[in-house]
Amino acid sequence: MGQTTIAEAPSSVQPATRARPSLWHQVFIIIAKDLRAELRTKEAVNAALAFAIMILTLFSFAFDPAEDETKMYAGGLLWIVFAFAGTLVLNRSFARELPNDCLDALIAAPISGAVLFLGKALANYLLVMAVELVALPVFGIFYYAKWYSHFWDMMLVLALGTWAITVIGTIFSALTVNIRLREVMLPLLTYPMLVPALMASMQLTVDLVNGKSVGTDAIWLKVLASFDILYTAASLALVEIVLVG
Amino acid sequence: MREKILYLLGLAAFVILARDIYLIARLPPEAAQGYAFKIIFFHVPSWVGAGASVATALVASVLFLITKNFIFDAAAVASTEVGVAFLSAGMVTGSLWARPIWGIWWTWDERLTTTLVLWLLYVGYLMLRHAIEEPTQRATFAAVVSIFAFIGVPIDYFSIRWWRTQHPSPVFFSSTGSFPSDWGAIMGWNILAYLLLAAVFVAVRLEQEQAQRELDSLRRLAHSF
Repeated sequence: MGQTTIAEAPSSVQPATRARPSLWHQVFIIIAKDLRAELRTKEAVNAALAFAIMILTLFSFAFDPAEDETKMYAGGLLWIVFAFAGTLVLNRSFARELPNDCLDALIAAPISGAVLFLGKALANYLLVMAVELVALPVFGIFYYAKWYSHFWDMMLVLALGTWAITVIGTIFSALTVNIRLREVMLPLLTYPMLVPALMASMQLTVDLVNGKSVGTDAIWLKVLASFDILYTAASLALVEIVLVG
Repeated sequence: MREKILYLLGLAAFVILARDIYLIARLPPEAAQGYAFKIIFFHVPSWVGAGASVATALVASVLFLITKNFIFDAAAVASTEVGVAFLSAGMVTGSLWARPIWGIWWTWDERLTTTLVLWLLYVGYLMLRHAIEEPTQRATFAAVVSIFAFIGVPIDYFSIRWWRTQHPSPVFFSSTGSFPSDWGAIMGWNILAYLLLAAVFVAVRLEQEQAQRELDSLRRLAHSF
């Protein structure tokens, strides 16, 4: 024990020698932090889920779910529900960091804006996806929709469509967090931006609910995938400017 | 001097427009569409004007993000406002044509829909600017939104070729259209007139924006005493 000399001591305690976590590890830390914060209160997820079921109920008054014609709208209704409910989760994403100046601390942290964005987007993705996966069977029961006839096709559309909602929602959540009328500005900016993705998701979901595979309208699958790629790239390129200025 | 050039350009635009309207009024009715087809001489230039304006807005926004020079922010907001006006003109002229030819004012085909979506995006851009007080933050965020919105422009332009739509096939830059060459000349002049008009509008709004900025900084200076 007595072998440690004073000269050796600093090198063994110096924190600077600790290796910086890799980029993906940094992203993972942000995801874990966001999920932990959300799961402790579950405020956004619970609100989004209750909201989704409420809109599904309201739609049943606008369109008779028992009629065959409704099958043609059902996919559209579903994605409107997802977009509305998703906004509730996404609105909280950056707003949650405002008390105690957590957002300033995150921006000052030794990670790039892209890592912060990716971490937050993936955390939001998991949360929105969880809400959707619960709302989907409820939708199936309420609207007599056989969404599971091409199960994995449905999951693919869900995965791509939800990423579109999440990536646009997260970057605009960062953009609107500090401005007046935040709750209004976020949907005002994100919904028109999301239109091509929502159109594609709706068309594909209508196909799936009516027993066709996604291959029937492959062009929409391409639109959805290109939308995801284009806007993910644009968000990653511009997020530093949004966060730091 | 600068103002005189602006007035001169505006005057030139009006002279060309007056001459074109005279020529267009004397054109015979088209075989299938009658007189309604003449709206195309105002419909297409509106889109060219709108396209040029939003493209200018994109370039100005990117330049602002690179240089942080507020003149580019002023250029971005000026050309976006003019772009929204021309987009509105394009949709209104299209709607006026659609009523006698299609029997409806509006149809939800992909091209009309994406155009409306673009209009909403740029209106959102203008509303966002009103919601942010701090000039640097306003300019930065607006520039980011402008870049995002512009990504939608090619989707709009190509949608008519990707999907079968109710909108007529493109007459220009494609093999499907047939447009007599003397009509083409009128169209060319009208497009020029619209572009001149757009440039004059943007220049006037640019000056107003710069005056506004000067006023704001003077006001801040006055408050600091």
